[in-house]
Amino acid sequence: MKNVGSFTAVLRKELAVYFATPIFYITGFFFLLLGGYFFYSNTLYYSLVSFQAAQNPMLAGQLNPLQMVFRPLFATLAVVLLLLVPLLTMRLLAEEKKAGTAELLFTYPLTDWAIILGKFLAALLIYAIFLAVTLAYPLAFTALARLDWASLASCYLGLMLLGGACLALGLFASSLTENQIIAAVTAFALLLLFWIIGWQQEIGSPGWGGVFAALSMMDHFDAFIRGVIDTRDLVYYFSFIYFFLFLTKRQLESRRWRA
Amino acid sequence: MDMMIEVQDLTKYYGPTLAISRLNFEVAAGEIVGFLGPNGAGKTTTLKILSGFLSPSSGTARINGRDCVTQSLEVRQSLGYLPETVPLYTDLTVTQFLRFAAQAKGVEAKAETTEMHRVMDACGLEAVQKTLIASLSKGFRQRVGLAQALMNNPPVLIFDEPTIGLDPSQIVEIRQLIKELAGAHTVILSSHILPEVSQLCQRVIIINRGQIVAGDTPENLSRQLGHGSRVRLTVQGPEIEVAAALQKIPQVQEVAGQGEGKFLVVAANDLDVRPQLARLVVERGWDLLELKAQEFTLEEVFLNLVTEEESEEKMEEES
Repeated sequence: MKNVGSFTAVLRKELAVYFATPIFYITGFFFLLLGGYFFYSNTLYYSLVSFQAAQNPMLAGQLNPLQMVFRPLFATLAVVLLLLVPLLTMRLLAEEKKAGTAELLFTYPLTDWAIILGKFLAALLIYAIFLAVTLAYPLAFTALARLDWASLASCYLGLMLLGGACLALGLFASSLTENQIIAAVTAFALLLLFWIIGWQQEIGSPGWGGVFAALSMMDHFDAFIRGVIDTRDLVYYFSFIYFFLFLTKRQLESRRWRA
Repeated sequence: MDMMIEVQDLTKYYGPTLAISRLNFEVAAGEIVGFLGPNGAGKTTTLKILSGFLSPSSGTARINGRDCVTQSLEVRQSLGYLPETVPLYTDLTVTQFLRFAAQAKGVEAKAETTEMHRVMDACGLEAVQKTLIASLSKGFRQRVGLAQALMNNPPVLIFDEPTIGLDPSQIVEIRQLIKELAGAHTVILSSHILPEVSQLCQRVIIINRGQIVAGDTPENLSRQLGHGSRVRLTVQGPEIEVAAALQKIPQVQEVAGQGEGKFLVVAANDLDVRPQLARLVVERGWDLLELKAQEFTLEEVFLNLVTEEESEEKMEEES
């Protein structure tokens, strides 16, 4: 169709705003600061164990940098993610409404999906930039030991999918309000809920335990960390992302009918 | 003539509050129409519905033959819209923002830069193109708002209060710009200011409390609503004598004493009676403290229209 803007217009605009505002730099700084700290302490621990293993050949056989450094590192980074994602997504739609720019955005010839996809992919790209920088850790490690890159790739795929799911939920939270703080708090609370919902299984509620575990973000993430790419986990994350983007679309549609 | 904008029985409620009630009007292609009304009259609501940002509670609005609700995307393709508060992405530079506007409006990648320079040139933005919008003055922000509306040369332009908050020279520039758009574009703009609308628009629609109270050419409206010219003057002297003397000036139609030496003089046929008034007061040896021509303001036009309406309502109720 003639004169219709595509999601790339929104994507580029959102990236320009991310790079022009401090939130990208601040969240990136702390994400990498924490990541760097965990990598350092895990590596330190690994080297200690390595010294002990020099006297104990039994132990040396079990030494595995992936197991001892990277899996715990990525599991911890996932927690950091839970804290940072609401900060990346809170302004996406809330700010448009607060500043009134929604009136421009929604009167340009853009479909709701172009707006949602543009914003979601911009946040995902920002997140991917953070993750790309963490590639420095395994690269630094290759100087010391051999790494199983296939397993690492599975870890990164898991982190991307987990991040995508968190960002989709954060975008939805941002569509609910014009207050960025409320958007961040809502996103954080919902993310926490999807995080701990799997614990139900451990405290032994019969029947429902399995359902809750199936809904849990973390249970599905664990498989990727272990190096297992399971279709069920892929389906879970893709449906999760689609579901929240769809809710966001519904939320945008309803805006016209209210004041 | 082709009707570019057709509005039928347009009604909008915000919750229980009625914002606009059964509006009906049409705008022909190439016409510039002014929307006049006090705050809260429903101007902005109407324009927001036309822009596709809001949906009406009932009634239809069509632009270029397409429905603003069911064919929103097609309508938005042929629209340039400047919202009342001129919302802009303040974190971006002028160029970054206009590039977004160009891409969002589907300007082809090849034509993008040319089109951006065309609108920046038209709105006088070349000098500030690398500046952050956050650090622009109100006048420049208004121009950026206009520039994004003009992007991709849409046939229909909707401007909500395009000159509000500008200094006089900027107002003149913006009005000139809007005038140049006539013919090639259909323009609908809202305003508080009667002279502005009478300068710019071929037709004026006056709206009050959600209803159209008058719609005509500016000439016809001012003929109906304010006849003759008025002068306010303050004289130190015996009030009764002063009033009598003023009344004797041939061009003077009416003299109203307002106490403390203040008079409101109405002259016939738009004549300027200030020289005669001044001469008279000085010749009689009184002291002239103030002499000021008073134009019919929109507020008065409104007061007239609104009070007429209200008194009609009262009469209906009483009978």
